[in-house]
Amino acid sequence: MRVNLTVNGVAMQADDVWEGESLLYVLRERLALPGSKNACEQGECGSCSVYLDGEVVCACLVAAGQAQGRSVRTVEGLADGERLDPVQQAFLDAGAVQCGFCTPGLIVMVHDLLQRNPQPSDPEIREALAGNLCRCTGYEKILDAVRQAAEVKAT
Amino acid sequence: MEFLQPASWAEALELKAADPRAVPIQGGTDVMVELNFDRHRPPSLLDLTRVTELAQWGTENGHVRVGAGVSYSRVIAELGDQLPGLAMAARTVGSPQIRNRGTVGGNLGASSPAGDCHPVLLAVDADVVVASVRGTRLVPVREFFTGVKRNVLAPDELIESVVLAPAGGPQQYSKIGTRNAMVIAVAAFGLALHPAQRHVGTGIGSAAPTPRRAPDAEAFIDGVLDSDGLWDSREPIPDAAATRFGDLVASASSPIDDVRGTARYRAHALSVLARRALVWAWDELRGRR
Ligand SMILES: Cc1cc2nc3c(=O)[nH]c(=O)nc-3n(C[C@H](O)[C@H](O)[C@H](O)COP(=O)(O)OP(=O)(O)OC[C@H]3O[C@@H](n4cnc5c(N)ncnc54)[C@H](O)[C@@H]3O)c2cc1C
Ligand code: FES
Ligand code: FES
Repeated sequence: MRVNLTVNGVAMQADDVWEGESLLYVLRERLALPGSKNACEQGECGSCSVYLDGEVVCACLVAAGQAQGRSVRTVEGLADGERLDPVQQAFLDAGAVQCGFCTPGLIVMVHDLLQRNPQPSDPEIREALAGNLCRCTGYEKILDAVRQAAEVKAT
Repeated sequence: MEFLQPASWAEALELKAADPRAVPIQGGTDVMVELNFDRHRPPSLLDLTRVTELAQWGTENGHVRVGAGVSYSRVIAELGDQLPGLAMAARTVGSPQIRNRGTVGGNLGASSPAGDCHPVLLAVDADVVVASVRGTRLVPVREFFTGVKRNVLAPDELIESVVLAPAGGPQQYSKIGTRNAMVIAVAAFGLALHPAQRHVGTGIGSAAPTPRRAPDAEAFIDGVLDSDGLWDSREPIPDAAATRFGDLVASASSPIDDVRGTARYRAHALSVLARRALVWAWDELRGRR
């Protein structure tokens, strides 16, 4: 089947989509947007987190056809041209990235958190990131990055 | 595989009647896992996310009707005042991403013994509104589950909504697992105080083939509260009675040993969860006076 959707503000079309395929597969394999990662395909790791009509979801659990006519925003759509989003910059500055596999999903999730709650407490950060797994960093640097991003955005 | 995308509830029911093997998909947080791992390849998917009726909730005849497609995030944000127990249960589900997508209707559709909505829905004696082209029927949630991941739905039926009274007293939901997020409950318990009916409602999760009530525990504690005049005096519940209540809840379960826990642990955990839920809810009621 054919799926039409808006990704990062651009109207896109995917053809020959299998009816049982996920939005994640469409993004990565059909629309050349490999930023969202495929790690577990069962909603456990959050590495595929994207905005779907403004809400963060696991793209691996959205059926491609469910995204028909909807608006998707991926990690590729957060930077302003060459200028990284403050969340992306904070992850770099804080050293919150090691292998980087979890990073795109975390950045989308943190981006959403700071929009809804510009000054989150530590427990609020942990709660918001409960669905994003990182096997490398031990999370401390990630928490640092969230606090830094919140600070930068506040100024 | 076919992808069916009805734009209205009437059309959804027609499509389901024409193709009873079509698998409904709402948030997809159960269905997509099955598809991604090729555990199940249905002839067609029936996408319900365009059926706007399902994504709504409202009040009718003094009851709250929660559409099958209302997400956990919305239950938490919009229904916490009226349905505190369901909102508490919703907060324990998965992660923010899962709560944005997962729905009450999908939880009922999956009918897992570990589904977090079920204990609370049992404790408040909710009804499931089930529909097909043949008509609509109301199924008490206590009769909805028929076995592990099985329910009373006929092949042509869909879940429209769940109907429950706004809370008339404190409600509680507790669940035990290895961490705070992303956990399938090892044991879970929901409780609702119904001061107007002078009744305590219960629901057990993850400790029997289906979610179930604990009728003996309900009868016991209703009797104690009544004979000791506690609904009127609002004195504390005697420790011995709270403990006995917990034990009766545990004996209403029939847990199994599995990777998440042993039967013995589950029964013990359940007795503790139930005792605490009762005391917490009762303390809240006393504080309200
Ligand atoms: C990472 C992860 C964590 C999870 N954590 C929890 C948890 O903590 N607690 C918990 O209870 N669950 C949990 N789940 C399971 C799942 O999120 C819930 O069961 C959720 O409520 C399913 O809702 P959904 O809308 O996504 O359902 P879907 O996946 O769309 O559907 C679920 C089932 O219901 C059927 N169905 C859907 N809508 C209808 C309808 N209107 N009429 C008839 N049948 C219908 C579908 O055919 C399917 O069988 C988790 C899942 C994942 C992937
Ligand atoms: S790949 Fe989607 S949550 Fe892990
Ligand atoms: S940096 Fe490697 S998984 Fe997080």
